[in-house]
Amino acid sequence: MNRRTMMATAALGLGLAFGGSVQAAGMDKVKACFVYVGPVGDGGWTYQHDQGRLALIEAFGDKVDATTFQENVPEGADSERVLTQMALGGCNIIFTTSFGYMDATNAVAAKFPNVMFEHATGFKREHPNVSTYNARFYEGRAVQGHIAGKMTKSNKIGYIGSFPIPEVIMGINSYYLHAKKVNPDVELSVVWAFTWFDPAKEADAAKAMIEQGVDVIAAHTDSTAPLAEAAKTPGVIGFGQASDMSAYKPSPRVSSIIDNWAPYYVKRVGQLLDGTYAQADAWEGIAGGEVEIGEITDAVPAEVKAEAEAMRDAIGAGTYHPFTGPINKQDGSAWLAEGQTAPDGDLLGMNFFVEGIKGDIPQ
Amino acid sequence: MDLSSINPAVLIASLMVASVPIMLAAIGELVVEKAGVLNLGVEGMMIMGAICGFIVAVNTGSPVAGFLGGAAGGAVLSLVFALLTQVLLANQVASGLALTLFGVGLSSLMGQGFVGIRPPLTSAVDLGPLADIPVLGHILFRHDPMVYIAIAVVAGVWAVLRFTRAGLILRAVGESHEAAHALGYKVTRIRIMAILFGGAMAGLGGAYLSLIRVPQWTDGITAGAGWIALAIVVFASWQPWRVLIGAYLFGGISVLQLNLQVAKVPIPPEYLSMSPYLITILVLVIMSSGKGRKALNAPAALGQNFHASR
Amino acid sequence: MGLFMFRLEKRPSPSAFWQYATPVLAVLLTMVAGGALFALLGKNPVAAIRTIFWDPLFGEFAFYLRGQLLVKAGPLILIAVGLSLGFRAGIWNIGAEGQYIMGAIFGAGVALAVFPTENRLIFPVMIVAGAFGGWLWAMIPAVLKTRFNTNEILVSLMLVYVAQTVLSKAATGFLRNPQGMGFPGSRNFSSYPAARNVELFAGSGMHWGVVAAFIAVIAAYVLLQRHLLGFQIKLAGQAPRAARFAGVQPTRLVVMCMGISGALAGMAGMFEVAGPAGQISIDFASGYGFTAIIVAFLGRLNPIGILLAGLVMALTYVGGEMASTNLGLPSAAIQVFQGMLLFFLLGVDVLTNYRLRLTKGRAA
Repeated sequence: MNRRTMMATAALGLGLAFGGSVQAAGMDKVKACFVYVGPVGDGGWTYQHDQGRLALIEAFGDKVDATTFQENVPEGADSERVLTQMALGGCNIIFTTSFGYMDATNAVAAKFPNVMFEHATGFKREHPNVSTYNARFYEGRAVQGHIAGKMTKSNKIGYIGSFPIPEVIMGINSYYLHAKKVNPDVELSVVWAFTWFDPAKEADAAKAMIEQGVDVIAAHTDSTAPLAEAAKTPGVIGFGQASDMSAYKPSPRVSSIIDNWAPYYVKRVGQLLDGTYAQADAWEGIAGGEVEIGEITDAVPAEVKAEAEAMRDAIGAGTYHPFTGPINKQDGSAWLAEGQTAPDGDLLGMNFFVEGIKGDIPQ
Repeated sequence: MDLSSINPAVLIASLMVASVPIMLAAIGELVVEKAGVLNLGVEGMMIMGAICGFIVAVNTGSPVAGFLGGAAGGAVLSLVFALLTQVLLANQVASGLALTLFGVGLSSLMGQGFVGIRPPLTSAVDLGPLADIPVLGHILFRHDPMVYIAIAVVAGVWAVLRFTRAGLILRAVGESHEAAHALGYKVTRIRIMAILFGGAMAGLGGAYLSLIRVPQWTDGITAGAGWIALAIVVFASWQPWRVLIGAYLFGGISVLQLNLQVAKVPIPPEYLSMSPYLITILVLVIMSSGKGRKALNAPAALGQNFHASR
Repeated sequence: MGLFMFRLEKRPSPSAFWQYATPVLAVLLTMVAGGALFALLGKNPVAAIRTIFWDPLFGEFAFYLRGQLLVKAGPLILIAVGLSLGFRAGIWNIGAEGQYIMGAIFGAGVALAVFPTENRLIFPVMIVAGAFGGWLWAMIPAVLKTRFNTNEILVSLMLVYVAQTVLSKAATGFLRNPQGMGFPGSRNFSSYPAARNVELFAGSGMHWGVVAAFIAVIAAYVLLQRHLLGFQIKLAGQAPRAARFAGVQPTRLVVMCMGISGALAGMAGMFEVAGPAGQISIDFASGYGFTAIIVAFLGRLNPIGILLAGLVMALTYVGGEMASTNLGLPSAAIQVFQGMLLFFLLGVDVLTNYRLRLTKGRAA
């Protein structure tokens, strides 16, 4: 059988092996490939994934070929083709770094059982060679909420949401709960931008908030525009999102949540090399080094900084869970009883605000 | 719901800022269309202006140089359109769309080293005591220079079109290129100049986005503003002052819908985000109903190519 | 001005030779200019060009990529054929993207409403619903134009943005997968056989949408050559005044052209959502509606030309992805490359209708 027909049968789903046996034996060299939803230069989400890719090259040198990546891959039919091309092209492990690639990842994985697929932020693992990974961003939101509650002078804090999906909603809830805890008068305004990335719109949203007296702004969209807007008004602060956004230090950017994918990527590719790789559903947070709290600047009083860092460390050590009862839902019904912590299942499907947040989640 | 938290003076001041890019791009396109050319590549020219302006401003440290660079970037790209449609007589609709595709790609390529950089700041014009007038001072006299320049451009275009010979010739070319040619005017040359002006204004609007409004460079920064500028031209029925109104209306709706969200007005945000487009359609219907194309004031030769057979 | 200038002289009738030669010339020019661009970016230009134009057709993985060309070209051709009819008559529907989205929502909505019923009729009903959705969305600018004389370019364009908002509402709200744990996106049609737009021959890329595209090409060809409506369309575009004397009713023509293009775009959206895309998601719209406008022009508004233009366009997408993945070219460079291809195609087209004359002295 020549190489071409062999590939053809692989594509047809019969899945004959090429590239060596993976699971048990380990490999001499791994080709790791990446699919990005945005440009590497977005300064946020995709940029951080690409940093993880570069970390692979640094960690493994010649043993890993991590030069293959594709930017701006639309979610849907195009992603399926890109994934197939990568699998045909000899990638051993493919990281698909956006939620929208979920079904395409599983569909292509079915045809290439010897290629490992790692899907970020999804929940479907229909085949043994599909793993999922995500980060507990809400842990970082708790720290931000604490800072926000302490720092606000107008008692109005804001949150720019992208889409009303569980990941965003749990971030909003975590942010609000921890602001409320240190400042019972705090009020939260949520603006839904319905985009992950639209700098002008994000800037406008931040501006609208500032004009109505909001003085601490968190964003779950990917650009630095809200910070750039905050920079125009003295006294308004915000946080870096996805990447450190250190250009806006020391104020308005007083801290940040950094998505650090490098530890996970290095771990998984390492496992592939030494033969310990197995299907996984990873959801690491501060403890696993995936969620980093960027430097808290001097714009924050030392005691607030110390409290925030203590919270970060407690979450990292596992002694504190940001969703610890008693917590009621927005309609007043009970969610978590005293001392109870939120099960992961509740968080992953979260579609309600906690008590005290005004406004509805768009349905 | 807390409508009292919306301060009308602040709202008006910020809509004046939000409308600058679309106003500049629209007034440029108005001149192009008055000359009988339909350039759908506004989005592409805007984004080229955004990146060129950003690169120049960062490298020189001067926002003024940045804006000039932005205008130049938009104009250079529009030259491609001029070459295609005026010299090589290609279809204007297709060329305009191609221009947008090309401009978006090229800007992203040029901008690869410029992500995450902060551009030099443009400070507000110091209008002294004027800025301290209660309410009015906040609305009118605390802006950056481009807010005033954009209004001045609108006024300038209005005056030129209305009172000068150059304006008359431009309109003649847009109404009937055959007749204008017969009168001895250089139709192609005039149109190329109009296209360049349109490109420069679109570029200026784009530079405003990357240097003042957002202010940073990111891929796809214009996010559809160019298309809205095209809508404003029709909304304005090709009259300069109405471009100003249209731009304020558009800027106003997008600012207002975010303000309403912050104030927790219980209108689903989807409806608010689609409202600018629906309102534009409504206004278009009202503006154009019953009176025919004449009332709309559209240049008669809009979109038609001209070739002098003699 | 130099001593020698080019001067264009209109040909009495379009040159048959150049009609076929210009696309080839444009592709060659793009290869040269694109190669220069790639070299500037530090890549091997020959390898890049070969990856884009040769590999998807004859390279190592062509067995897979040839099919993908059809997947990519199908919706482009289907939409472009519809648009070309209106464009010929001077009716500018540039909101096909919105009609494509609405077709997908209608088609998917019908199927999801009866999930998980298995019935042979579901798929045909979905096609009708998809076409209806696109038609309905196109009727808005059509009716506004005929009733109020509103500019259809802008209304159809504005409705694209409205459709995109409806799409995100569908993905996060009314069509959301009830078993999706609150995540946006509808059920996937790959797990709903009765509503699935299947690949007709494994690995061929051929699905019902591609079949529909071919049928549309033939139908449009026949319509333009043999049918009264086709004659009216051509007449209205070339000589609007004469058309009125010949009894062409502008209102009817607008409604027909917008309706056909809307319905075809809607169908394309439905085939896409039930097939290659698989589900309604926030990012379902991937710009086919806009790219199809370019395809329509590249194909000179001629059904056969559109067929070829659609395939060439698909080639630059698929090959461009290959070049991006394998050679590390930034995807923006591919976009620039596509832009150049369009510029050259539009530019050299002048040779079809005009003769290039070298003249002494100043040009007219």
